[in-house]
Amino acid sequence: MSLNIPQKLESEIEELITHYPEKRSASMMLLHALQEHFGYVSKESIEWIAKKLELKPINVHELVTFYPMFRQEPAGKYVVKVCRTLSCALGGSGKLHKHVCSKLGLDAENHGLQTSEDGKFSVEFVECLASCGTAPVIMCNNEFHEGVSQEKADTIINQCP
Amino acid sequence: MPKEFRLILKNADKPGYTPDIDCYMANGGYEALKKSIALKAKETDDGKTKTPQEQIRDEVMSSGLRGRGGAGFSCGLKWSFVDRRSGKPIYMICNADESEPGTFKDRQIIHKDPHQLVEGMIISAFANDVHLAYIYIRGEFPEGARILNKALDEAREKGFLGKDVLGTGYDLEIHVHRGAGAYICGEETGLIESLEGKRAYPRIKPPYFPAVLGLYMCPTIVNNVETLCAVGHIMNMGGSEYAKLGTPRNTGTRIVSLSGMVKKPGYYEIEVGKATIGELIFDDAFGGGLLEGRTLKAIIPGGSSAKVLKAGEKFQMKRPNKDGELESVEVDLLDLPYDFDSLMAAGTMSGSSAIIVMDDSVDIVEALANVSAFYAHESCGQCTPCREGSLWMSKALNRMTSGKGRKEDADYLTHIATNIQGRTICAFGEACSWPVLSFVKKFKDEFEARGAADEAAQLESNQKGAVNSAN
Amino acid sequence: MANETTKAEIKPVETVTVKVDGSRVEVPKTTPDWQGNPIPTTILQACKMVGKEIPHYCYHPKLPVAGNCRMCLVEVGMPAMGRDRKPILNQDGTPKIQKGVLPYDPSLPRGAIACATPVAPNMEIHTDSDNTKMMREGILESLLINHPLDCTICDQAGECKLQEYSMEHGQAKSQFVETKVSKPKQVDLGPRIMLDDERCVLCTRCIRFTRDVAHDDALGIVNRGSYNTIAAYPGSKFDNNYTLNTVDLCPVGALTSKDFRFQMRVWFMKETESICTSCSTGCNIKVGSRENKVYRYEPRDNDAVNASWMCDEGRLNYKWVHREDRLKECLIRNHNSESRSVEWVTIIQELSERLSKCEKGSVAILASARASNEELYLIKLLADHFEAITDCVPRKGEGDDFLVQSDKNPNSNGARAIGIAFSEMGIQIPEIDEGISEGRIKTLLSFGENITRVGMNDELLAKLDLLVVSDILGSHAADKADFLLPGCAHLEKRGSFVNEKGRVQKFMKAVEAPGKARPDWEWLRELVVHVTNEKPADTLPGLFNEMSANNAAFGGIQWKDLGSLGTDIKI
Repeated sequence: MSLNIPQKLESEIEELITHYPEKRSASMMLLHALQEHFGYVSKESIEWIAKKLELKPINVHELVTFYPMFRQEPAGKYVVKVCRTLSCALGGSGKLHKHVCSKLGLDAENHGLQTSEDGKFSVEFVECLASCGTAPVIMCNNEFHEGVSQEKADTIINQCP
Repeated sequence: MPKEFRLILKNADKPGYTPDIDCYMANGGYEALKKSIALKAKETDDGKTKTPQEQIRDEVMSSGLRGRGGAGFSCGLKWSFVDRRSGKPIYMICNADESEPGTFKDRQIIHKDPHQLVEGMIISAFANDVHLAYIYIRGEFPEGARILNKALDEAREKGFLGKDVLGTGYDLEIHVHRGAGAYICGEETGLIESLEGKRAYPRIKPPYFPAVLGLYMCPTIVNNVETLCAVGHIMNMGGSEYAKLGTPRNTGTRIVSLSGMVKKPGYYEIEVGKATIGELIFDDAFGGGLLEGRTLKAIIPGGSSAKVLKAGEKFQMKRPNKDGELESVEVDLLDLPYDFDSLMAAGTMSGSSAIIVMDDSVDIVEALANVSAFYAHESCGQCTPCREGSLWMSKALNRMTSGKGRKEDADYLTHIATNIQGRTICAFGEACSWPVLSFVKKFKDEFEARGAADEAAQLESNQKGAVNSAN
Repeated sequence: MANETTKAEIKPVETVTVKVDGSRVEVPKTTPDWQGNPIPTTILQACKMVGKEIPHYCYHPKLPVAGNCRMCLVEVGMPAMGRDRKPILNQDGTPKIQKGVLPYDPSLPRGAIACATPVAPNMEIHTDSDNTKMMREGILESLLINHPLDCTICDQAGECKLQEYSMEHGQAKSQFVETKVSKPKQVDLGPRIMLDDERCVLCTRCIRFTRDVAHDDALGIVNRGSYNTIAAYPGSKFDNNYTLNTVDLCPVGALTSKDFRFQMRVWFMKETESICTSCSTGCNIKVGSRENKVYRYEPRDNDAVNASWMCDEGRLNYKWVHREDRLKECLIRNHNSESRSVEWVTIIQELSERLSKCEKGSVAILASARASNEELYLIKLLADHFEAITDCVPRKGEGDDFLVQSDKNPNSNGARAIGIAFSEMGIQIPEIDEGISEGRIKTLLSFGENITRVGMNDELLAKLDLLVVSDILGSHAADKADFLLPGCAHLEKRGSFVNEKGRVQKFMKAVEAPGKARPDWEWLRELVVHVTNEKPADTLPGLFNEMSANNAAFGGIQWKDLGSLGTDIKI
């Protein structure tokens, strides 16, 4: 299977590579670019990047398994990240995570990324999102939400088209 | 009355203040850069010539600025270690990985006043003959990355960045590089590895001191967002003026991230050492006190890796008496001035200047289990003590919070943590062991009580089981 | 070479004085790093120089330093500095030493990793203090918590650094009561390698070797933290010609050789120093054998030849030694192709009688460049006696830019130096063919080569009056020989080779030869004594010394000069 990379994305990638004296440095930015485009990092994406940057696929695979933001499986249309770490926990993020999970029919005991049956939402209990003063916080795709009560979480989820 | 002193956040929250370059410049932005870049070589008293770059570095040295990322190391000294004779390019990296739990100060700067960072960075790069620099921003800040990219574009358009900065012949390019969810990228050599497209494994020091063998094995400066912003202000006001802010050895301002169980969590910029921990928690200018009906139990004073301080704890501090001689005095936790040295003297650290407040509703074992789970998740796994020990501690604490504690678990945890701190490649060893060591030491009774209760419950259920099976 | 020595003499080595466990020692200021470049001498190197081994897993002298295992942490003291940046002195004038402690807890040592920390003047290194032991025990405990404790069924037992250090430095009991991390076991990493990730201590020696030495960036670490796991890219195999070196490098039982695993407990094996014969590099090897059976080759350190490495092809090229079709009998064939098996005394006697009748110039000798120098020397004596035309059979293959040479004969340069073969090996073979064909050559002695493979067909051989063959394995030529003498593999005898670069290296006997096969030099010598008037030395070292004395190329070097690492000659 080969990847279908649109011309625009490919030129963005070419531009990114020019930012670094050594091509390998562009690995993470390319992983972000392909994950944003395809929704996840497939084996084909890893191999495409490796070829593009003159690396071995293991060099890229090592990164995908190290950096938690890269996922190797497709996720829902909306990825909801609930912050798990101390300040948010003190602010009730444990309950918030449970609430979001039960609303979407997911198992709150599962900390890894899990996707609702209809494939619309994925939920992940993640480490610190660096907004501890407005705990608890969640991210819904690239949107950031502060001081999230259960009601607010419902609204955020319900408003996802 | 202690109050905020806003230098870096002077404009950020002003009504109508926007992150674009016009707004920044209308508020005096890029004047420090123009001033810095217009400096002329200067004869010193001993007949030597100081280049403009050296003059800026001198200002930063005399400002007493200490790194705002966590270690609190002198910025001027850090710059002075840079190998300028290697013939290799010198790189600069802004550490915008803001990943120490409890910390959310850089987020404010990046989102609300990104040009302040860009300006500080251009001045710092110029001062160190850097021509290529990066902003390493944590992956969870996609909006921050977008804002910074826009700011860099604007700066390029105005001639502050790119080829021939402001017609001086100086070239500088800055790029945004996004992380992807790894706390360890906050460690500067881990960050460098990550920027090289590798797993963020911190490097051994010696020999890989960034000032000599950093990015691509070239001399490299890694500075925190807030530190680089401060450089702009230092150039605006002069190093010695900046040094008048705060307290001796703890100069300038710092943004304190206050979170946890206070009425008004948030970020507060103070002159370093000019507010006490008690004021930051209780004063209306800051946290505004605890939630109704609650009493203080503990605080973590410098991001979650800092050693916890217990309410009522007293510390012996050296203070000058009226004759200027140092005298030992007892200071309560709440009276500790919030600065680098006082916190260090109290056996902990101001770290990334993030205070997490815990009141009497907090289960201390649960709190530590939460923190340890974070560090177990974030250990890069490169070196033995941390790779094995961080998860070990977390597993033990998970066991304790699921009803399977043992009386000896307090000592057990201390044993594990003692075998990590000081034996690892990077300071993550301390980051993961200090919470455990300090929580257990200061709240040993709670750990032991929990273990004893679990054991008693276990015994009871065993006995019941025995009775049942006997029947 | 001579120049280098002189230079070293002119420039005295700069030294640093340190204390190791209380004894003052002087060590060079710089020491070669893994690539041979001078770097400031490290604590580990300094201690090794004075005979103190500091335990370690990730450090290897031929790999870039990683510093990740932390096993080499040692307690270190440094001269205390005063405010004037000068050392503070004790009352007796010696520098006051300050032990490294944690700045935030001075009751605990701040260890230095010996593998990466350079020595400094007056540094005090404690390889065995209570604090050093405490740090070591801590590391061992960490390494063992998630490690299977099943040494009895582990193939690495007996050569496992984890097992060894646990005995020497470990605690009796770990406090660990949690569930172990489970990781992939029995991973089929490549055609020759199995991986057990639960046994792995993540020292990354295998990764560094593969990336930095073999230049095939095929291995990496996947996952993070405690779940870190060594792996090849999913779906791809770890398969270059140097993969088995990672098995040698692996300090524990994580990487095992499919060829060797579970074949033999290492403590039952005998180790013999030898040379790999698969190409002209002459990698130094250790042969592991038990009761006349060879179980493995491992590379033996020799910086002048193969550092610590060898190729997989050479390493696994030993099984032929035990093949069923080994020649085990001395055979004499009559005109009707009927053969009889005889004793050595008989075959040497009858062969000598036949050879005595050969006219000068009517004999051709085809020897093997896999024969030892001593054997080739004896063959040369025969050749001179008969004024025989001689050559060896060239053996060409693929080489690489690391260890493998395209010349697959281990002793081409020996054959050339002794005068059996010439710059272009095999150049005389057409001459020999022609000589036989035209009836000028009536006797052919073939030592260790299957001559039918170099184009000498039955029709040609039928023209000979006498065909003498000695070989190790059966062949068509062996079936045709009037006299067939069973030879020995290099593992079954002693001798020496000259490698591609002119290094003379010896190999020792690891196992006994099967049947009547005996070291070729023994019966060649008997033949020389019977046929010529020469009386060559009757010991192998004697033969070497005699050959060397009579051969300008060897310049009179003695067998004992070869040591275990060999010596260079001009070729």
